[in-house]
Amino acid sequence: MKRKWLSGPYVLWMVLFTLIPLGVVLYFALTDAATGKFTLSNLAKIADYWPIFLRSIWLSIIATLICLLIGYPVAYFIAHCKPTTQRLLQMMIMLPMCISFLLRTLAWVALLDDTGIINNFLTSIGLSPLPLIRNNGAVILGMVYNYLPYMILPLFTVLMKIDPRLIEAAEDLGCNSRQVFSRVILPLSVPGIVSGITMVFVPAVSTFYISQKLGSPGTILIGDVIESQFKAAYNPNFGAALSLVLMVLIFVCVGVMNRFTNDDEESMVTL
Amino acid sequence: MKRLLSLLLIAILLVNALPAAVFAAEETVTINIYNWGQYISDGTDDCIDVISEFEAAYPNIKVNYMTFDSNESMYTKLKAGGSTFDIIIPSDYMVQKLIEEDMLEQLDFSNIPNFEYIDDSFKNLAYDPENLYSVPYTWGCVGVIYNTKYVDPEDIGSWDLLWNAKYAGKILMFDNPRDAFAIAEAKLGYSINTEDSTLLTLAANELRAQKPLVQAYVMDQIFDKMERGEAWIAPYYAGDYLLMVEENPDLAFYFPEEGFNRFVDAICVPKGAEHKDAAEAFINFLLDPEICAQNLEYLGYSAPSSAAKELMDPELADNPIAYPDEETLANGSFFSALSQRGTQEMDSLWTMVKTADTATTVYLIMTIAAIALVVFLWIFFKVRKRKRKARRCAKWKTA
Repeated sequence: MKRKWLSGPYVLWMVLFTLIPLGVVLYFALTDAATGKFTLSNLAKIADYWPIFLRSIWLSIIATLICLLIGYPVAYFIAHCKPTTQRLLQMMIMLPMCISFLLRTLAWVALLDDTGIINNFLTSIGLSPLPLIRNNGAVILGMVYNYLPYMILPLFTVLMKIDPRLIEAAEDLGCNSRQVFSRVILPLSVPGIVSGITMVFVPAVSTFYISQKLGSPGTILIGDVIESQFKAAYNPNFGAALSLVLMVLIFVCVGVMNRFTNDDEESMVTL
Repeated sequence: MKRLLSLLLIAILLVNALPAAVFAAEETVTINIYNWGQYISDGTDDCIDVISEFEAAYPNIKVNYMTFDSNESMYTKLKAGGSTFDIIIPSDYMVQKLIEEDMLEQLDFSNIPNFEYIDDSFKNLAYDPENLYSVPYTWGCVGVIYNTKYVDPEDIGSWDLLWNAKYAGKILMFDNPRDAFAIAEAKLGYSINTEDSTLLTLAANELRAQKPLVQAYVMDQIFDKMERGEAWIAPYYAGDYLLMVEENPDLAFYFPEEGFNRFVDAICVPKGAEHKDAAEAFINFLLDPEICAQNLEYLGYSAPSSAAKELMDPELADNPIAYPDEETLANGSFFSALSQRGTQEMDSLWTMVKTADTATTVYLIMTIAAIALVVFLWIFFKVRKRKRKARRCAKWKTA
């Protein structure tokens, strides 16, 4: 009984601030703005926004993959350092997260602008300025920069926990270093990869500030559309419908990702 | 559990009750002012700090100042509820809309004696025909700001400059439907108050054609972008141009020949205001010719009061951009509030303009390819694992 009581505050919190708001989102998504009657027209209107959904998903997938490619070696490197160096490096990764996300993005704007620091430097040494900002690449850069720590930290935790004896055993049994990595380390780090991917992909796909600052009017993301429905167009019903569809899409993506872990957990047991 | 809960409740009640008790003792009230960004003299550059002057003159009134960046976002915030404002400063058409929707309080003009300084030509305007709800704050016109360093003087004169492909990526545009549509409508020769669906659609198409050239849809960010030379061309309010040109003397301004929007921004008290008397004291303070002159000298917007204009720096009072001649003004037209249907149609067209996408098929193909890749990888790993398992089993058996 006592144990149950302990989870009480959290259950209350969840009901008040997660379940009820979700119910409100659902209610708004399925009602008409003017009359308040049940309607599916909000969901039907979403058809016009498929390209933006696709672009959001696509840019986030690329950003997530880049995060993984950069983050895995970094996490691996940190996991194999001395404990003191580890702490220092971990702090270096956490440090940018102490500064507001908005400020970090604005700093990129100051760097990448046509009249920004990089282009001013290029023109001052006689080179022609580069189109660094207001394209898909800049949006992906912003996502990678902002969400990379969320990839590195879970990977680091998982890589830290790998029992070195397993690696020794693999080496004893004749694996070369490539085989040790592909047959032992990589399968064991899959849970870290999956949670890293989820933690990067989910905020990236619903982000709105990065695309507004680093993107052009042509690289608008679905988060921007949702934001404009609430802030400018005053159509919370359609905004709720968009959020609902986005949520379902994220669940589907995360679900697909989790299939990979479930499978590989078996292989871990048999290993 | 119950005792804990009741203790918690008492604590919450106490915390809530405390400030109220303190206020009652000192009788200070706080008024919430909701104004456009960069729209009051705040003490920078040795100008008057209107709010602290007011607080000094009325020690028992505190001011809580907040800003919005477009009439539409202000309307959304009011409509969404949850916050109370004592003073708002919307533009003409928004005042009319708020009056129509019964969202404004009638002002008590006996509390606002300085209203007499407002010129007759700014009283009883179309948006508030009996002048019951609003007091004019400033007026001005929309025109084109451009950077003389980069823009060819032959290209200027009309709205076409904003559609000139030569300056692609260096053009800014209004980030609110009403101002953006007004430009497209003026360019095409329609009335800026049209509600005709065909004309609105044509105007939206014009805006869509402009989109690939636009660097960004912005409001207050325009200051920074134009001053730094990040963007070269932008439509904006004349008063703000006068602020920008002080930072970047390369900027210039013209009134487009096809016609432009002329506006009045007015001070109102929204329904639900908690301190209407204090709000009226603030309005009266703003209308004082001395304060009005110093405030608008900083803002660069035009004064609706001749008494204030006389007290201003003559250089600004004679500026043809702040106070254009009658002939230029005749080319400007005021907004009137659109009907509910017209507003909604414009809003949805505007969202389409901003979100319409040309690269549909590319993303579709790429996404299908990505999904196929994921499925393939999944099957590949499964098959491989089954094979390995089978091999291992075979080894066991032979052993």
